Amino acid sequence: MAKSVIPIGPFHPLQEEPEFFTLTVDGEMVVDIDVAIGYNHRGIEKLSEMKTFDQSTFLIERICGICSTSHPFAYTRAVEDIIPVEVPERAKYIRTIIAEGERIHSHLLWLALAGHFLGYNTVYMWVWKLREEILDVMEILSGNRNNYAMFKPGGVRRDIKAEDIPVVAKKIDSIIPTVNRLKKAILDDPVLHARLKGIGILTKEEALDYCALGPTSRASGVAKDVRKDAPYGAYDQVEWDMIVTENGDVWDKAVIRILETYESIKIVKHCLTNLPDGEIDLNIKDIPPGEGIGAHEAPRGETFHYVRSDGTNRPARHKVRAPTFMNLPTCKATVPGYTVSDATIILAAIDPCYCCTERVAVVDTKGKQMYNAQDLIRLSQEKTQSLKRKMGIK
Amino acid sequence: MYIVYLIVYGFILTAVLGLVASWVDRKVTARVQYRKGPPFFQPWYDIIKLLGKETIIPKQSSKAMFVMAPLLGFSAVVMVSTLLWANNNNLFNSFLGDIIVIVYLLAIPSIAIMMGGFASGNPLARIGASREMKLLLGYELPFILAILVPIIKSGFSLKLADILSFQAQNGAFALQASGILALVVLVLCVQAKLGLVPFDIPEAETEIIAGPLVEYSGAGLAVFRLMKHMLLFTLPFFLIILFLGGMKFEGITILYSVLKYVAILVVITVIRNTNPRLRIDQAMRFFWGPVTGIAVIAVVLAVIGW
Repeated sequence: MAKSVIPIGPFHPLQEEPEFFTLTVDGEMVVDIDVAIGYNHRGIEKLSEMKTFDQSTFLIERICGICSTSHPFAYTRAVEDIIPVEVPERAKYIRTIIAEGERIHSHLLWLALAGHFLGYNTVYMWVWKLREEILDVMEILSGNRNNYAMFKPGGVRRDIKAEDIPVVAKKIDSIIPTVNRLKKAILDDPVLHARLKGIGILTKEEALDYCALGPTSRASGVAKDVRKDAPYGAYDQVEWDMIVTENGDVWDKAVIRILETYESIKIVKHCLTNLPDGEIDLNIKDIPPGEGIGAHEAPRGETFHYVRSDGTNRPARHKVRAPTFMNLPTCKATVPGYTVSDATIILAAIDPCYCCTERVAVVDTKGKQMYNAQDLIRLSQEKTQSLKRKMGIK
Repeated sequence: MYIVYLIVYGFILTAVLGLVASWVDRKVTARVQYRKGPPFFQPWYDIIKLLGKETIIPKQSSKAMFVMAPLLGFSAVVMVSTLLWANNNNLFNSFLGDIIVIVYLLAIPSIAIMMGGFASGNPLARIGASREMKLLLGYELPFILAILVPIIKSGFSLKLADILSFQAQNGAFALQASGILALVVLVLCVQAKLGLVPFDIPEAETEIIAGPLVEYSGAGLAVFRLMKHMLLFTLPFFLIILFLGGMKFEGITILYSVLKYVAILVVITVIRNTNPRLRIDQAMRFFWGPVTGIAVIAVVLAVIGW
């Protein structure tokens, strides 16, 4: 049978962001896949260089609405790494609470969307309702349902009031029965088993080869989590488990996200009850010249920021690497060999976030791409060579 | 007389009831999902608005087929509902073999969707149309087997009137073992014929956008939508005639008739809200495996008189 091409994107009801998958299909079977991003590049890294370190936090938070804590967390850690300083204990705990709250709502969001992609709109709407509770919690803590604006280099901007803690703890407790019911409904559904088990398998070797991150790697048996590997915040002072499964299929990725929600609830509750007293901010004034890196385990995997300072009040270079950048290429290993129906849920299973991942694409007025990967590597090497010559380095 | 049935019952009444039914379906779905749901006239607004929109015929399509497909499917549904109403209201309107005609006509909406999909020349529509074809092959066998049950029960009669009058004398077939099994099979087949979850595989919004309908806009889409709404009334009506003794509209029996229809509609809505979409090969295996098995058991039970 003749091979034909099925486009998913750039505008498609599957995923709300602009991305372009070209599926080469033989009948219903996918034989090859190609991914193109770059439809929504906003030049955040360049913009960040034009703002002061404090203003950049505000900008970085707006890279992505769902990871609106992960990016500031990694960025502030990178800036603190330049000096280097340790933030006060209380600030660490508050950061951990906000980050885990974000993980709960992000995992619930993925679960809802996964239901929607499978045509299970009841799960979609029910999880959406459940997610409202956790957004209320975030509103009580930070004043915002999303984009919490809690982070700044050297600490946090807003304290958690003592009178809010019992209210929040009660609300967090109230979602546990609903999550339990949801977990039971999803894990016991025979049709979901039929649709998700053994689909889109990413083996352990492939996960290592593609440098998969977060739940995508943990579902394949690669125990990789920045919170455990290089603890920061309050993660080393809380009892929690890293969830790792072995099969690497879509089902395991779903199970990991459901179980991680429980771990996050555990962490938030522990941090709220054991919140230490003290300062919340170091009031950093000057950033010395130097460079720093910061990592944070975002809901989708490790977010990584690199910041270089030249002694002024603005970053000289700011580099963002979001987890989807590493997870997206795994579709090359997972999608071929499955049908178009499976392809959609496999693509969604990495919980892709394209606005975090966006890279620049150079196109002419006809929409044709002018540089491919090799060209860009060549351009980058030429630039490095010319910089080296300018600086007099051999 | 037939022209009255065709226009008043077959088209107008069925369309009105179908639009109301689709509102009930959407409203119940919304309430199940903690949403508010659409206002009562929303299905009407949708159809009227679509009728006023520009019809875009894609360049690469075969134009005559593309335009004809919705009308073909629509007219088949009008014919079916005319036959059903004519039989339900007056038993003397029946003719030998009308049940065979209805089974044939009920396959035409699916074929029309396939035609439109293939004619539009869009790769997504092509995939959707080929899925529709596979699904049709899947559910048609148990569908016909299950329809054999009332035929056998009423003494091997191929007239709807005989089936109705037999039930009027001896009680509905749905009260007997074989009738219950056949009804279960038929409800599942109806779910697939209506293209609702878990069998909305041909349209699968998040996979292939709208499948065969992806290139349709304006009047063509409106006619397809109206066809689906009318099927939402016609197919349960067919089941009521076959298994629940038809609908009567005298005095208190109106309430009873409405109850029969609403019961089937609720079952369909519940199935569609408690399941994710199947894959096409799983749907085929489901219909050819367990569903056909149940249908065969029902036929055997009907033959031995249960």
